[in-house]
Amino acid sequence: MSTTLRPYLNAVRATLNAAMCLENFNSQIVERHVKPEVEVKTSKELLLTPLVIARNDKEKVLIESSINSIRMSIAVKQADEIEQILCQKFMRFMMMRAENFVVLRRKPVEGYDISFLITNFHTEQMLKHKLVDFVIHFMEEIDKEISEMKLAVNARARIVAEEFLKRF
Amino acid sequence: MQYLEISNTGRRTTKAIYLGEADHLSFKICHFIFVLTDQSPRIFHQQKTSSTTSSNMTDVFNFGVKPIVCHAWNHDRTQVALSPNNNDVQIYEKSGRKWNLIHTLSEHTLNVTGIDWAPKTNRIVTCGADRNAYVWQLKDGVWCQELVILRINRAATCVRWSPEEDKFAVGSSSRMISVCYFEADNNWWVSKHIKKPIRSTIVSLDWHPNNVLLAAGCCDYKAYVFSAYIREINPKPGPTVWGKKMTFGMLMQEFAMPCTGWVHGVAFSPSGDRLAMVSHGSIVSVAAGGKELVSLRTEHLPFNSCLWLTEQSMVAGGHDCNPMLFNVDGGCDSVKFVCKMDQPPKDGGAGRTVSAMSMFKMMDKKGAVEATGTEVETKHKNAIIQIRQFAVNKFSTCGKDGNVVVWDGKSLESAIAEMKIV
Repeated sequence: MSTTLRPYLNAVRATLNAAMCLENFNSQIVERHVKPEVEVKTSKELLLTPLVIARNDKEKVLIESSINSIRMSIAVKQADEIEQILCQKFMRFMMMRAENFVVLRRKPVEGYDISFLITNFHTEQMLKHKLVDFVIHFMEEIDKEISEMKLAVNARARIVAEEFLKRF
Repeated sequence: MQYLEISNTGRRTTKAIYLGEADHLSFKICHFIFVLTDQSPRIFHQQKTSSTTSSNMTDVFNFGVKPIVCHAWNHDRTQVALSPNNNDVQIYEKSGRKWNLIHTLSEHTLNVTGIDWAPKTNRIVTCGADRNAYVWQLKDGVWCQELVILRINRAATCVRWSPEEDKFAVGSSSRMISVCYFEADNNWWVSKHIKKPIRSTIVSLDWHPNNVLLAAGCCDYKAYVFSAYIREINPKPGPTVWGKKMTFGMLMQEFAMPCTGWVHGVAFSPSGDRLAMVSHGSIVSVAAGGKELVSLRTEHLPFNSCLWLTEQSMVAGGHDCNPMLFNVDGGCDSVKFVCKMDQPPKDGGAGRTVSAMSMFKMMDKKGAVEATGTEVETKHKNAIIQIRQFAVNKFSTCGKDGNVVVWDGKSLESAIAEMKIV
């Protein structure tokens, strides 16, 4: 792992730990409803200041928190066109299966590639530190997977080109 | 068709069927999903319900896997009423080392948010997200409910009997407090509202021992002390440090938190001269009547509830899953953090070291060699939601992990070197 990735992930982990202090909160606006306040944004006093942790201008994390939910959005490194395509396909694949991931949001927040919505119901059902671990693990894996895929695509292209050019 | 071996740094080596060119990308994705699901969030299951582990310092009672949002004890602490995060109130009775479910009060239609048990008159009041409150009385072994019309149009969030047990207060999301008392003429619970200057949901309440003053913690970053004097049922109160004149709904004092933070817990000291507040910025604040707020910013996660053990020592608990002791000096000029009250055994011992067996178990279960995220070592495995007085120097906590823990201040004091209750 490169030298800048570790502090970046540590910062995200510490922030998530502090942000994920959620409690049940019934809506002040709609009777008999519980809404994720970070999504509906109807009461200003229930929201906390959103936070961006950036490793560089392309790779960053946005953490928005409120009294009963947090929303975390990740922008994944995309250095060239292949990575962009890979990332896009990849995220689409995951978000189509969002319900299997429990905390995944079906659409990312504007300007980011993927978003998680964690509510108090999730922290009640699951252990908080495991949730944080999951998100960090996800961030670690995603970069690795995309660069591996890129290598694989390049290697394949080379083989295909070689095979093709053998004919001439 | 050919086999392809993929080894993924430290994780289990996977043999998978490689189908051909077109599937390459999707294969990689599938593989990734496979690896991910090893670590993906999953619902954790605990062992059987209603188990008890105890030492001379703490008793841990488990009531299942569901969070316990609120709990209340009867007068002799042999029964506990709690809500497992649904619309039921369950009453357990202690028999030996076990807790037996003896009553289930299911009248609420949405989650129960608050329970309080009046020790002298043996009445239970419950409130819920369905905007109702019920007063329960035991008649011939059956709990009978009386509906209280709170006249609120959003969820009720917390409820407290007054010390004299002749009235109770209900906080709500409709930005007001209902103070309810029994009108014998009409055979009916009547509620009066405190509305001003509350601007958001009330999340915590506590009564002053004089049966008149009421402290409220609110989501608008403020804590209030109101007068809840009801002329019809209460004799005229004497002066306190909080003020002399007390008409119903009068704001005696207002405390703005030093940084933005919802006031999760408020508590009057035993004499009623001091008020403790815990807010979401991990700040513990104390104020003496008529004086300025004194705050301590801590390095811990936010606290959910607080309770005074003596006039100068208070305990606060919350998302760190660990109740913590704070001492306030005699003049109420400073708050000092003393210690965490749940300290893991220091010796370590055989159980703590990673054995070869546990390593292989871990590899088998998770496909990972190292255990990611060590176990939570505190008695509560998830956040503490509420702290209650249990006896002199004893208190109980309930948490999101379905545990109720009773803590003995005195024996903890002798076990933990730096701990000092003054």
